[in-house]
Amino acid sequence: MTKATPILSLKNVSKNFAGYQALDDVSLDIYPGQVLCLLGDNGAGKSTLIKVLSGFHEPTSGTVEVNGVAANFKSPKDASNQGIATVHQFGGTFPLMSIGRSFFVGAEPTKGWGPFKYFDKKFANETAVREMQALGITRVTDGDRLIGGLSGGERQACAIARAVHFGANVLILDEPTAALGVKEAAHVLRIIMTARNRGVAVVLVTHNVSHALTVGDHFAVLIRGQKADDFAKGERTREQITDLMAGGEAMEELIGELNSLTGSINVIN
Amino acid sequence: MSQTPKKAFSPMNLIRRPEFGALIGALAVYIFFAFAGGSAFTDLGGWASWLNVAAELGIIALPVSLVMIAGDLDLSVGSVLASSSMTLAIVSGFYGLPTWIGILAALLFGIVVGTINGIIVTKTNLPSFVVTLATMFAVSGITLGLTRLLTGSTSVAFNADQPFQNMFGIMLFDKFEVAIVWWIIVAAVVSWVLYKSIFGNWIYAIGGDVVSARATGIPVSKVRIFLFAGSGFGASLVAVIQTCLYNSAQVANGQSFVFNSIIAVVVGGVLLTGGYGSTIGVILGTVTFGIVNQGIYYTGWNADWAALILGILLLIAVLTNNTFRRLAISGGKKEKKND
Repeated sequence: MTKATPILSLKNVSKNFAGYQALDDVSLDIYPGQVLCLLGDNGAGKSTLIKVLSGFHEPTSGTVEVNGVAANFKSPKDASNQGIATVHQFGGTFPLMSIGRSFFVGAEPTKGWGPFKYFDKKFANETAVREMQALGITRVTDGDRLIGGLSGGERQACAIARAVHFGANVLILDEPTAALGVKEAAHVLRIIMTARNRGVAVVLVTHNVSHALTVGDHFAVLIRGQKADDFAKGERTREQITDLMAGGEAMEELIGELNSLTGSINVIN
Repeated sequence: MSQTPKKAFSPMNLIRRPEFGALIGALAVYIFFAFAGGSAFTDLGGWASWLNVAAELGIIALPVSLVMIAGDLDLSVGSVLASSSMTLAIVSGFYGLPTWIGILAALLFGIVVGTINGIIVTKTNLPSFVVTLATMFAVSGITLGLTRLLTGSTSVAFNADQPFQNMFGIMLFDKFEVAIVWWIIVAAVVSWVLYKSIFGNWIYAIGGDVVSARATGIPVSKVRIFLFAGSGFGASLVAVIQTCLYNSAQVANGQSFVFNSIIAVVVGGVLLTGGYGSTIGVILGTVTFGIVNQGIYYTGWNADWAALILGILLLIAVLTNNTFRRLAISGGKKEKKND
């Protein structure tokens, strides 16, 4: 984990939507083989930030750099050509397609020649299953199964496996654990670690401080579009992070207020 | 986490396929009419009767099923059939040009209308239901207006040159329309496109989620335009077949194909929301339609009852498909009650 060149970085990026400052002078470095956790309350600018990273939005000012070189992403396609892949909350988006078919949508493997080229289903199914198994999803053995029949965690795994297979070196995960149960979420976190250990740079957007602390190497907290804090693993306690995310004093105020209403709610803790 | 490598045949997997419903439907109506209609229905003549109907419908329903799997609808096929048929009769019958020119013009007409449908749908992002409803009326208006203007009539006679008569408009073994052969060819081509070509994967992806499909780099608009052109072509192929077979064209031909094709496709297990469907299912749906439509004549009952049976079948099919979709998406697990 050298501090050489970040694979992807934001330099003083601001994003303004018709007068609303969604991002304000944010600088961020993302390194290969590390998990950067992006924390923040709703509306703090996390979504805008990952949309800038993945080419959906162009920054109003500031630059996005890939390997130290300024990159002007005009579209998500530009970003994905540079190996930046985004996986959304529900992972697989084609619930009625088979695992093998959906894995290769838009990049179908073919066999045969000229006009008789045909979709190589066997290869597609085998590759998809193999890539998912490599991420620890051993329950999936049949590439003909429908995506819709997978569990939430398996769908995430499928989407992550797809991104890794197509050479993503930056993986942006938008709330991958939000819709999952405890066990499933743990599985997805394990998959994130697998990807990280393979040298992929992971940007993990989450609400969940526990999940972030489990896998994160580096953390950035956004508050109202500004980077409120930026620290490495072990530099802050869980309480400090939670306070930060909730806007610091606001949380303490709330706890105080609730305490006065209900008696101390912090007894258990 | 135990490894269970099982890919063996299981009856549950068969039942879960949407074609299964279509197969049961086809068998059920066949058995029903075999009893109600007797041997006249089950002998060669009976088979010819429903196969002829199914073949003509199938040539339209198969390309329409691709449109529907991609999440669109095409209501213009009926009007396209009428105008392509009229194009052939006017060009080669009324004006006496060689048959091949008329056939080429008719087929081109279908492709052009389909392409226009596709371009309007993809450029405007309006629902294809509305766009093709509009072209259905527009094309039917043009056909009626131009035919009357050019020929002074609404029915035009036509006699195909011999080789084309043999290709499109003869009866094999005195009973079977040559359309059945065309149906088989169309089925083979459509199956290949859907299952074997990359294009087929794109069709499923577009029907499944058009935004994600676009994000993966699929040329979504081109695919949709091509599919509409395909359904226009199917309609005009049936137009050529009918015109050669009946030696004339009527302006009012073909409107029944609009809803019949949708019935065949939906009974065949294609989801109205798109993203799922199979060629075998659509063929079975078409066969079911043919059996009900023709079987009724062998029973001695009033033919009006056929529509009732088709209506009920359609409703059952939609309900079954819907249940299938829910099961597939939930991985076969029980539904949450508040869903």
